[in-house]
Amino acid sequence: MTGDTLPPPVRRIATDREPTVVEGSRNGGADGPGAGLGGRAAVTRREPATVVRERMRAESLWLAYGENWVVRDVTLPVRQGEVLALIGASGSGKTTLLRSLNRLTEVTEGAARSGRITLDDQEIYELDVNDLRRRVSMVFQQPNPFPMTIFDNVAYALSEQRPPRGRRRRRTDEIERAVTDALKRAGLYDEVAGDLDRPALKLSGGQQQRLCIARALAANPEVLLLDEPCSALDPISTATIEDLIVSLRESVAIVIVTHNLQQAFRVADHVAFMHLGDLVEYGPREQVFGRPTHGRTRDYISGAFG
Amino acid sequence: MATASVADAPMTPPPVVEAPREGVSTWPMVDRLFYWLCWVTGIGLCLIAVAIVLLMLVKGIAYLKPSLFIEHPAPSLRQDQAGGFLDPLIGTLIVTTIAIGIAAPLGVAIAAWLSEYGRPAGLARAVESSVETIAGVPSIVLAIFGLIVFSQSFLGFLSQRASNGTVTAQSFLVAGAILALLALPLVVGATREALAQLPGRMREASLALGKSRITTLRCVLLPAIRPGIASGVVLGMGRIIGDTAIIVVLLGSTLRNEPVGGVPLLKTLRGTGSTLTSYVYGDSPAGEGNAPQKAYAAAFVLLMIVLLLNALVTRLTSPAQIGPVRRFGHRAWAMVRG
Repeated sequence: MTGDTLPPPVRRIATDREPTVVEGSRNGGADGPGAGLGGRAAVTRREPATVVRERMRAESLWLAYGENWVVRDVTLPVRQGEVLALIGASGSGKTTLLRSLNRLTEVTEGAARSGRITLDDQEIYELDVNDLRRRVSMVFQQPNPFPMTIFDNVAYALSEQRPPRGRRRRRTDEIERAVTDALKRAGLYDEVAGDLDRPALKLSGGQQQRLCIARALAANPEVLLLDEPCSALDPISTATIEDLIVSLRESVAIVIVTHNLQQAFRVADHVAFMHLGDLVEYGPREQVFGRPTHGRTRDYISGAFG
Repeated sequence: MATASVADAPMTPPPVVEAPREGVSTWPMVDRLFYWLCWVTGIGLCLIAVAIVLLMLVKGIAYLKPSLFIEHPAPSLRQDQAGGFLDPLIGTLIVTTIAIGIAAPLGVAIAAWLSEYGRPAGLARAVESSVETIAGVPSIVLAIFGLIVFSQSFLGFLSQRASNGTVTAQSFLVAGAILALLALPLVVGATREALAQLPGRMREASLALGKSRITTLRCVLLPAIRPGIASGVVLGMGRIIGDTAIIVVLLGSTLRNEPVGGVPLLKTLRGTGSTLTSYVYGDSPAGEGNAPQKAYAAAFVLLMIVLLLNALVTRLTSPAQIGPVRRFGHRAWAMVRG
C-alpha cells in the first residue's frame, strides 16, 4: 500500500478531537531545546506545578550487589510537583537507584548501601519498611496485576484499614469510594466502571499498567516510582500514561526510569543522566536535553551510545 | 508492495507446497528399533489401562446391586446373606476426610515455608529430604511405624485399651493420621511447584505496596495457586483411598465399623472398621471372605471413585484454568503414573 492510503501519523488518540498531524519538517531544531525529540512535547507542554517541595533526597548514595558497586556517590533530590526522569544506558544503575528509594533492593540478596536516603528529612532505614513502601510506591516495567478482580487489585493496596476481627474484608462504602477514586486518578475508571469484578488479567496491557498505577495510588503514596512503565506498551497506551504522569505530579512526587529519551523529554521537569553508576548530569530537562554540559550526556542524547 | 488497484482484484494463493516427509525407513537400524519400541510400549500401556477398566466394568457391573450400597456386611458363608459394603464405603469416606484434613493444611504450610522463607538453608534442606523420605517409605512400613507410635499408653485415647491395658492402636483416627503421611508429599510437591511457577514480579508488586511477606503469601500467592493446591489434594486423596496396608494394620479391617466408648462421633472415630480396599482384600480369594463377586463389585466402585478423582485433577489443571499453574498438572501426572 502506498503512504497516501494510510491515515497520517497521529500524535495522540483523543476521541473528542480532530487528530493532530505531525508535520514532516518539524525536525529543524528551531523550536528551542529538544525540539527534535518527541513531537508530542509541544502538545503536553504545561505550566510548572504551583508548589514544588523536596520530599526525598539521596545523599552520597552508594549501592552494591555483592562486591559490585552499581551506583556511586549519587546525590539527588526528589521533589513533589515535578517529575524526575532517570535516563542512561542499560547497567547504568538507574533502576537500582530507583528501587533503593523504597528499599526494594533489599529483596535481592547481597544488596548493600552506603550514604543516606531521606524521606521528609528522615532516614528511610528508621522507618518501618512496610510503612515506607506504602508512602513510596512503585510501578514496574511489566504490568503485574494480581490474578484477582479489578476491584480486589485496588482494594488490596488500600492502607490497612483492618477489617473487624473474624470478618472478611467487606465492600464498605469507604473502600468502594477509595477504589473508585484511585481508578479515576489513574484514568482507568471510565473504561472499567461497568464491571469492576472482571479479572484484572483480562484487561489490555495498557489498562493493566494503569490498573497497577491505580493500585499504587490507592494507598495515597507521597512518592511514586515508575520503572520504565511504558516499555511493554504500545504508543497509544504510552501517551495515555504519560499524560497521567504529568497530571499526577502536583499531588505526588514522581521518579521515572526510562530508556525512551522522547518520553523523558515529554514528561520530566528534571532529568538525571547516569552512566555506569555515576550521576553524570542533573538539571532541568531543557538544560539536559538542550545544553548538556558533559560530553557523555551529549553523546547519549544524540544516540552515540546506549 | 501491492498497489491499491491490485488490492481490489481477488487474491488467489499459489498452489500449496507440501513439506517433505521424513521416512522412517531411511533411519539407522537402532533409531528405527527405538522408534517402534516407543510405539509398542505406548500402545501396550493403553491396552492395559483399557483392560483394567473394561474387566472391572464387566465383572463389577454384573455383581453390582443397589442393595450393596445400603446393607451392612454380615459374617456369613452364604453370599446372599453376607450383606453389602455400606460400612467400608463410610469407612473410606471417614479415613479420607481425616487424612486429607491433616495433610492439606500441613502440606501447604510446609511448602509455603520452603518456597517463600526456607531459612536457614540447612533446615530447609532437612525438611525437603524429610518430605522425600516420607514419600519413599512403603505404606506397610508406615503402618508398622504407626502401630509403634500409637500403641504408646498416653495415646490410648485415640484408639482403645484392651482389658489387659495395652493400647490396640487401631482406629479411624490412627489410620487417618498415618494415611495423611501418604498424601503429604503430594500436597507439598504440588504447592511448591505452583509457587515456583508464580512470577517473581507478583511478589515484588505486593511488597512494593507496603505489604509484608506473610500478607503477600496469604492474600496474593496462595489464592493464585488454588488450582495447584487443589490438584495436589485430589492426588493425595487418590493415594489415601487406594491404600490397603495401613488400613489392614491400623484400622483393624473389621467387617463392620465398631464404635468404642459412648461419645457420639468420637466413638466411631476411635473405633475400628474397614474401607473398600480392605473389603476387597478380605472378600478376594486371598482373604478369608472368599466372596469374589462382592470383591469385584467393591473394586469397581473403588475404581470409579479414583477415576472420578483423576478426572477432577485433569479438570482442575486443564488449559481452561488461567495462570501458570496449569502446566503443573501434567507433571504431577507423570509423577504419579511413573
